[in-house]
Amino acid sequence: MNAVRSLFARLEIDERLLGMIICLIGIWVGFHLLSDGRFITPRNLYNLSLQTASVAIMAIGMVPIIIIRQIDLSVGSMLGVTAMIVGVIQTFWLPPILGGGHPLIWIIAALAGILIGAALGGINGLMVGYLGVPSFVVTLGGLLIWRGCAWWVTQGQTVAPLDETFTLLGGGVYGTIGETASWIVAVIAAVAIAFAAHRRRRRHIAYGFPVRPLWAEAAVVVVQCALPIGFAAVLNAYEMPAVAATKLAEMKGWEIPEGGLHIFMGIPIPVLILAGLAVAVSLLLNKTRFGRYVFAMGGNLEAAERAGINVKRMTVLVFVLMGALVGVSAIVASARLQSAGNSIGSLDELRVIAAAVIGGCSLAGGAGTIAGAILGAVVIQSLQSGMSLLGYDASLQNIVTGAVLVLAVYIDRLYQQRRPS
Amino acid sequence: MANPLVEMRNISISFGGVRAVDDVSIDLHPGEVVGLLGHNGAGKSTLIKILSGAYQADKGEILIDGKVADIKSSRDARDHRIETIYQNLALADNLDACANLFLGREMTAAGFLDEPAMEAAARKVIGRLNPNFKKYHAPVSALSGGQRQSVAIARAVHFDARILIMDEPTAALGVQETKMVAELIQQLKKEGIGIFLISHDLHDVFDLSDRLSVMKNGKLVGTVRTQDVTKDDVLGMIILGKQPAVAAA
Repeated sequence: MNAVRSLFARLEIDERLLGMIICLIGIWVGFHLLSDGRFITPRNLYNLSLQTASVAIMAIGMVPIIIIRQIDLSVGSMLGVTAMIVGVIQTFWLPPILGGGHPLIWIIAALAGILIGAALGGINGLMVGYLGVPSFVVTLGGLLIWRGCAWWVTQGQTVAPLDETFTLLGGGVYGTIGETASWIVAVIAAVAIAFAAHRRRRRHIAYGFPVRPLWAEAAVVVVQCALPIGFAAVLNAYEMPAVAATKLAEMKGWEIPEGGLHIFMGIPIPVLILAGLAVAVSLLLNKTRFGRYVFAMGGNLEAAERAGINVKRMTVLVFVLMGALVGVSAIVASARLQSAGNSIGSLDELRVIAAAVIGGCSLAGGAGTIAGAILGAVVIQSLQSGMSLLGYDASLQNIVTGAVLVLAVYIDRLYQQRRPS
Repeated sequence: MANPLVEMRNISISFGGVRAVDDVSIDLHPGEVVGLLGHNGAGKSTLIKILSGAYQADKGEILIDGKVADIKSSRDARDHRIETIYQNLALADNLDACANLFLGREMTAAGFLDEPAMEAAARKVIGRLNPNFKKYHAPVSALSGGQRQSVAIARAVHFDARILIMDEPTAALGVQETKMVAELIQQLKKEGIGIFLISHDLHDVFDLSDRLSVMKNGKLVGTVRTQDVTKDDVLGMIILGKQPAVAAA
């Protein structure tokens, strides 16, 4: 055990994240065996990634919220009202002005979604940061208020159909970037990972700091680079159903070659959005002053204030970031459903908080990672999809998800106590 | 003798009719340690908070290098290169030594944190103060009390403090740790930094201080050279407010 641990220490591997990945693999293999080989297939993993995107995007924003020792219970309702307004803008307001199907419609609607989300988050942040109302109360109120507003937008009427280009953001059959682009994105990601590792090592050597052995560095980089490549490979292995492929060929005016048309799906657009946001917010949290102050506030608010950090302003900004990500999530969720109904996003706050907490965010503040939160979201979605694949209904899915949340936090507690300090 | 580094002259401050500090004058020279002693409520913390910018005196003036200094906020104090080290409140436990050292004053390159540059600077300053310090990447919650104190002191030193206020610097520390802080203080003296050590416990500061100023009920009982007095003399000052037989320094 100690030998393994010292090996991890030499490789500078995050044990916690590794543990989560092992758990996830266990869950996948378990469902795969129980479902007679229907779980670990390109098709199912493609759907899994699509189903995870909306909650995972919000979980990214929940991480800094929990790190500064706050909470946001209103994200599901904020998603609801934002999706409704975005739906109304693109379906009722813009077509009469611009004409139906105008290419600006989806852009204006999407930007409006992000701005509305950021504004709602800003309201939460001002109440918490400047008025001193506990975030639990502010966002518990918001949970009711925004859900009510979601109904008021159309008096409960579901908005459909949404703009066709807009719905691609939800990753339907045609909402992917395709096979070639998926390979390109994966290779760019791998090159960026290798380049960053090289640059970091070179600078550390220049300053004379200890670095890990070259073989270890190389091994870690290879594994990290394998992730995006492998991810693209799996999604590129999922062939578009023949009916959809034929329809697409007709739409685009392609000739259907002999032996039929073989189109592979590649990375869904919402998953690409998720990946981009995850990288951006990870950089923000770990490589900028903003992120440093977020962690400092969670570690010791008084010390942060004494160090000259404007903690009230920081609180507002963290809630604005959460809101903007809710806006993105509202776009993705409504685009995927191709409609906006007033119950969209119900109970999402619980899934989002569960994802962040399973992913290692401490409710005591000061600790959490974006990668962990996304893995947490994948774990929750895997349990739900796996159980529905096996034919269990929603009630059992909720029971298991709830139990896993409590178990994950308990295991983390044991781990924290055992860790030598 | 040259101008003192700090001179607080005839300082008074009242809170709701209570004179917390009443016509007190103290001073501090470069490379000198002055212990500020007194029971809880004697007014020593209030006096020193006037120097660190948390309060403003009703009467009296502060001179830095012989010039009147107007200290209205902790930012003003920082501009006069006055740094305060608090026993428990100074560090974010979840961050490492380097992050704490630069908290609020991070080095950046193209908008991103320049961590190697900060680590190099942190290694230089902490290594100078405490050559045994190794845990640069551990969260400070994993450090001992003395190591934490090293980080807090390094933070002040790195940003060119000339006047250091240390509040109960050894109160929570064991024997070894106290020794470590004592060595740190010797190191700072050599660099010409003036230090106010605040404590309610004589034993914490007697061996570290060049001079001792004792307060009781908001008034200054007296200031003595440590070498001229015994611990009993000073206890008499703290408890009874009695001037010792030797002449005041």
